[in-house]
Amino acid sequence: MEKRSVVVIGGGPAGLAAAIAAKENGCDDVLILERDSNVGGILQQCIHAGFGLHIFGEELTGPEYASRFHEQVDALGIEYKCDTMVLDISADRVVTAVNTKDGVIQIEAGAIVLAMGCRERSRGAVGIGGTRPAGIYTAGTAQRFVNIEGYMPGKKIVILGSGDIGLIMARRMTLEGAEVKMVLEVMPYSGGLKRNIVQCLDDFGIPLRLSHTVVEVRGRERVEGVVVAQVDEKRQPIPETFEYVPCDTLLLSVGLIPENELSAAADIDINRVTNGPFVDQSMMTHTPGIFACGNVVHVHDLVDFVTIESRLAGRGAAQFALGQRKESGHTLDVKPGFGVRYVVPSTIDPSALHYDEKFLFRVGDVYRNMILEVKNDGEVVYSKRVMQAAPGEMESVEITKQLAEKLTGSTVEIGLRPADAK
Amino acid sequence: MQYDVIVIGSGVTGAMTAYHLSRYQLRVAVLDKNLEPAAETSSANSGIVHAGYDAKPGSMKALLNVRGNAMMGDVCAKLDVPFKRIGSLVVAFSEDEAKTVQELYESGVKNGVPDMKVLNAEETYAKEPGLQPGVTCALYAPSAGIVCPYELTTAALEVACVNGAEYLRQTEVTAIEKIDGGYRLTDAKGTTYETRVVVNAAGLYADAVAAMAGDTSFTIRPRKGEYILFEKSMGKAVSHVVFQTPAAGSKGVLVSPTVDGNLYIGPNANYVEDKRDTATTYEGMNEIKTCSAKSVGGLDMRLAITNFAGLRATPSTGDFILNEPAPGFFNAAGIESPGLSAAPAVGEYVVELIRKSGAVSLVEKDGWTASREPVIRFREMSTAERADLVARDSRYGRIICRCETVTEQEIRDAIRRPAGARSVDGVKRRTRSGMGKCQGGFCGPRVVDILAEELGCDPTEITKFGGASYMLTGKTR
Repeated sequence: MEKRSVVVIGGGPAGLAAAIAAKENGCDDVLILERDSNVGGILQQCIHAGFGLHIFGEELTGPEYASRFHEQVDALGIEYKCDTMVLDISADRVVTAVNTKDGVIQIEAGAIVLAMGCRERSRGAVGIGGTRPAGIYTAGTAQRFVNIEGYMPGKKIVILGSGDIGLIMARRMTLEGAEVKMVLEVMPYSGGLKRNIVQCLDDFGIPLRLSHTVVEVRGRERVEGVVVAQVDEKRQPIPETFEYVPCDTLLLSVGLIPENELSAAADIDINRVTNGPFVDQSMMTHTPGIFACGNVVHVHDLVDFVTIESRLAGRGAAQFALGQRKESGHTLDVKPGFGVRYVVPSTIDPSALHYDEKFLFRVGDVYRNMILEVKNDGEVVYSKRVMQAAPGEMESVEITKQLAEKLTGSTVEIGLRPADAK
Repeated sequence: MQYDVIVIGSGVTGAMTAYHLSRYQLRVAVLDKNLEPAAETSSANSGIVHAGYDAKPGSMKALLNVRGNAMMGDVCAKLDVPFKRIGSLVVAFSEDEAKTVQELYESGVKNGVPDMKVLNAEETYAKEPGLQPGVTCALYAPSAGIVCPYELTTAALEVACVNGAEYLRQTEVTAIEKIDGGYRLTDAKGTTYETRVVVNAAGLYADAVAAMAGDTSFTIRPRKGEYILFEKSMGKAVSHVVFQTPAAGSKGVLVSPTVDGNLYIGPNANYVEDKRDTATTYEGMNEIKTCSAKSVGGLDMRLAITNFAGLRATPSTGDFILNEPAPGFFNAAGIESPGLSAAPAVGEYVVELIRKSGAVSLVEKDGWTASREPVIRFREMSTAERADLVARDSRYGRIICRCETVTEQEIRDAIRRPAGARSVDGVKRRTRSGMGKCQGGFCGPRVVDILAEELGCDPTEITKFGGASYMLTGKTR
């Protein structure tokens, strides 16, 4: 059986960054397995600008951002196989994959990095009733049709969900001459970045209806319209507000789910909140030698943060494969406190830190004027003022040497408290 | 005469009839108004092969359900269609319901259902630990099973075509005229077809087709059933078909695994006016959620992947209509539940009706093939089998549908096979590409490309299921 020190599953931004970091940390035989025909992942179809501000200090398009890493992969001589689908991974790190050139291949990996990304939630998951005609697409599928294939999925569009892809597609479809009638959001706030609401909706006069949803699709063969409704505080549609909106297309941007079918097959522990694996400070899952990074762990809003996180996973994987992994035996559980939905990582070994790690987390609601606190066994060891936090924007706390030294107990908790309360 | 037999309708009844007819020296054609077989009721139902205890003893439903159930294993093996005899439970939660369970048992005995047993509470929980508390007893019918209804239909039609039957898609019969020695059918485009025998397997529209031939003895009323389908991680929530005890006014909804490993809840039952109204409703989905929770609770609705509705072709007569109202014109009508279970037997019965009438003589042909060329299902293969397959034919090495692990070549095979796929839904129903969690999010654009390439047309001409169901509206600027 072929042996590799590190096998990276997925050649999107997460996989590319992880592979580069693994190589830079001393692994010479890193292999990337990518199911698409090219590396770059979903960035290939994200032709809008806005990527790279944190990493490169400039605004790049998705393909530009991806190509910077692609070039680095080539320069470092990292091997990748495209059109290659991983069929199975085992807990003892045997990767089974298939492509047309090599057939079915099995590789024994010193370490594995899971970087499969995420998928979009579909209509069924949000329970929209009505007919099932052509013309209902997830925003990402529509984006592929428009930006890669060069075809329009529709002309008169209603978009459900104000996640970033939905917002980006509202602008994109408008620029292509389609009429975007409205963007609906079931929550009382948008799930997307503020800058995208301004640049993609406000600048084009596209209305955003908060606390609204689609209750029914109409049309037999092609979508003819949708019934939209306002929802109450329990997110239930209010019948008096039902309104028929004629359109030929419904685009869905109703959430992303980490794609963990392979992880499940290897019995990797999955966090029910993020739908991604639990990971430690080096992005290692509970299964030794299997690491994970990017949207397969938790859905990010900025690719820059995916890159940063994935470098940790690549370094961790290399160290594991080379027998250089440090473990002190003292680990703390990292738990979400008030107002926080989840924290990555979920465990931390303070003595194994490189001090470039971060606590990444999302809040569960819109909060204003709060204090963010990091507690070691209930005692506040770090705090900072948070003027505003929303579920659509990921928050972070850098794990400095100073902070790490205070993590002496068994539990770290990250939570909010109102700034004016004690 | 152009044809000896024209079958109107390529649902499971029409396809199964054509399959049985194709063993004889007959010129057979199957006409259907849709682009794909199993486009209506046969694609949106429970996918259950019922044991046959609930049909009224002595009815055609009872006779053909039990017979169809007995035939199903052999038919599915020949047609290479997945079928699992997982057994069914009718679960009672009260003394009244226990009485009904006993009655069902007795009617099952009269209908000739094999090996049934009334289980006590303990035995029931042993079989199905996930049931809600409070079970008093259950009717266990081990002969019940699950099958993929559209795959069964497609497979039967394919073999009929391999044996020489013609499949005429998008051919809607609008008039039937009696001519000397047979009938002349006219379709919506004005084309005519002459045949000695007509089999009316037009499902929801069987009353309209019968009326064209002068038979106005029955009507068909559409009765809607709605379903919610869950992802495969939920497929083991139950391991039998779990029915609720039918009560006055409500048959109860069921919870069942599908033969492909998903789970579904449904159906409800509501008469609708429009025979094309397969819309799911907010109320209906709430109804099946609430109702299914009576037998199995705790189903996570976030793991639902789609919802759908189908229409039962409910006849005014209360039973299957299998007769010859005019010489050479045969009805296979009113085939509501248990129509899928009965389908192999219905097809066989119709052939016997034709034989007895003498409208055409049935002479077996040499070299009739009863079996379908096996279908390659990459997703079901072991690693060794996959390695062997791709080594023999590398085209099976490219995965198109990530959720269901469907290869490019399987999709091309599905298009190229006799009576093959012509639409995105056609590909989906034959290969499962797009049937998974992401519901075609990833594979959709690639399937459109492959269809366009195979059919030699532009992607803008590709439809979801024919008609005006275009996937794309044009090119970008």
